[in-house]
Amino acid sequence: MTLEILINLAYVVSAGLFIFGLKLLSHPSTARKGNLVSAVGMFIAVIITLLDQQIISYHFIALGVIVGGLYGAWKAKRVQMTQMPEMVSLFNGFGGAASLLLGWATVSGMSQQMLVTASGFVFITVLLTLLIGGVTFSGSVIAWGKLSGKLSSKALIFTGLRELSILHLVAMVLVGYMFVTDPANTLWLYIIIAIGLSFGLWATISIGGADMPVVIALLNSYSGIAATAAGLAVGNTILIVTGLLVGASGLILTNIMCKAMNRSLMNVLLSGFSKPIEQGEVITGEIKVLSPQDAFYVLEAAQAVLVVPGYGMAVAQAQHAVRELHTLLEENGCSVDYAIHAVAGRMPGHMNVLLAEADVPYDQLYEMDDVNPRMENYDVVIVIGANDVVNPAAKEMKGSPIYGMPVIEAYRAKTVFVLKRSANAGFAGVDNPLFFKDNTRMILGDAKETINSLIREFGD
Amino acid sequence: MEIIYLLFIVLLAAFLGFELIRKVPATLHTPLMSGSNAISGITLVGALIASGADNSVLTTVLGTVAVTLASINVIGGYLVTDRMLGMFKKKDNS
Repeated sequence: MTLEILINLAYVVSAGLFIFGLKLLSHPSTARKGNLVSAVGMFIAVIITLLDQQIISYHFIALGVIVGGLYGAWKAKRVQMTQMPEMVSLFNGFGGAASLLLGWATVSGMSQQMLVTASGFVFITVLLTLLIGGVTFSGSVIAWGKLSGKLSSKALIFTGLRELSILHLVAMVLVGYMFVTDPANTLWLYIIIAIGLSFGLWATISIGGADMPVVIALLNSYSGIAATAAGLAVGNTILIVTGLLVGASGLILTNIMCKAMNRSLMNVLLSGFSKPIEQGEVITGEIKVLSPQDAFYVLEAAQAVLVVPGYGMAVAQAQHAVRELHTLLEENGCSVDYAIHAVAGRMPGHMNVLLAEADVPYDQLYEMDDVNPRMENYDVVIVIGANDVVNPAAKEMKGSPIYGMPVIEAYRAKTVFVLKRSANAGFAGVDNPLFFKDNTRMILGDAKETINSLIREFGD
Repeated sequence: MEIIYLLFIVLLAAFLGFELIRKVPATLHTPLMSGSNAISGITLVGALIASGADNSVLTTVLGTVAVTLASINVIGGYLVTDRMLGMFKKKDNS
């Protein structure tokens, strides 16, 4: 009994450390310490759990921790910053799968007698663990496939998708009821696991690559909620508390992403069902192309430059070249700011990490609401691999699919340079009137190449 | 009574989570996500007991696989978060 009290006391300390760690994450200067504090909390929770008297053999535990730990450490060391969305998505999947297996092990570890006497609450929470864990796992694997290019990033849509989803939900309720009332019959258990996995698969495969930031954030939240459900099932308080911290984090990020796209969560999740919107207006005008040499003369005279990065910067791996240009501009007496839209890139904060990797100080990165009011003060806005987040159609064209989305109003600056491979539509397939504005100049070609030739011009 | 007590924890932890995470600045959202990957590896604690207790073969296998997956999250998540946060620098400090 005293040991149980000791373990629970240690869990209280761990929970306190997790909370304190998250609190330190509220500023970049203390964030690294916060991560360490949180890791200490995890270490305490794991070590104290090993004292539990139910544990009689450490062989398999050691095997699991060593294999998992080595793989995790290798992955953490090797991953490139541009690949973070894939990695987070894969890890969400592992978290979901771990909860799913724990839920399953809870039932399979029960004796026949316990299966009859245990309360319905236990089986309801096991049911939730199996379903949420299953959806998180299969959904994350699909998201990982789409982000890493192993699957097509296009939304897979076919007739009957809506009926298929409704069928899944009905089956969850029916089979769930059978499982809770008759837990001794393992058939229900297996069907529940299959339904969860299948639902996650279809729900994610019908969502396109541009909406992945929302999907990853949501799956992140699910992986926490699955841990909470597992904690309720096995009666472990540290799992409940910690799972909810993660669940809350994912939900807040999901909400931020949705607001930044001016869409509801349901709209994103069911986007596979909506009909394509007809293009109401045709944009007329002429695209004005500029050579890097001419762009250099404009930049040399500029006093204030704003850089707007997008996913294209990650694809072209151009962040280090951008940083080099940034240094040259500053040496030339020009101020350089960055404007980062909440949905730029493929996950929340993706651009910030890439720029941090290239040694851009975080206090030069601004959010959309910070730069829009002073947009007129910028002599040049350089748009690198971003499209929809600077698209004035969101303000001007009622027929546009992105109408109403808050955007970085680059067109209000004195001059806009758009670095782009070709003059085609962006990821969302929407035409961009910014390209046709009087103050816009397109610099066509690979973003990294273009910036490198600008850097060479500064050298001459 | 046990159930009510657990639900109380759920309620309070959910509110605390929302208040804490709301204060995390947008620039740290990617490390926040990889950090929560690591924290959600807390399932490890539950999986340890399933893996090491005197159980059937099936339960031990399920528990051990869960331990492996959760360990990937814990160790990989904390290490990659630390690596990322180490890159964030203030001006003139670098």
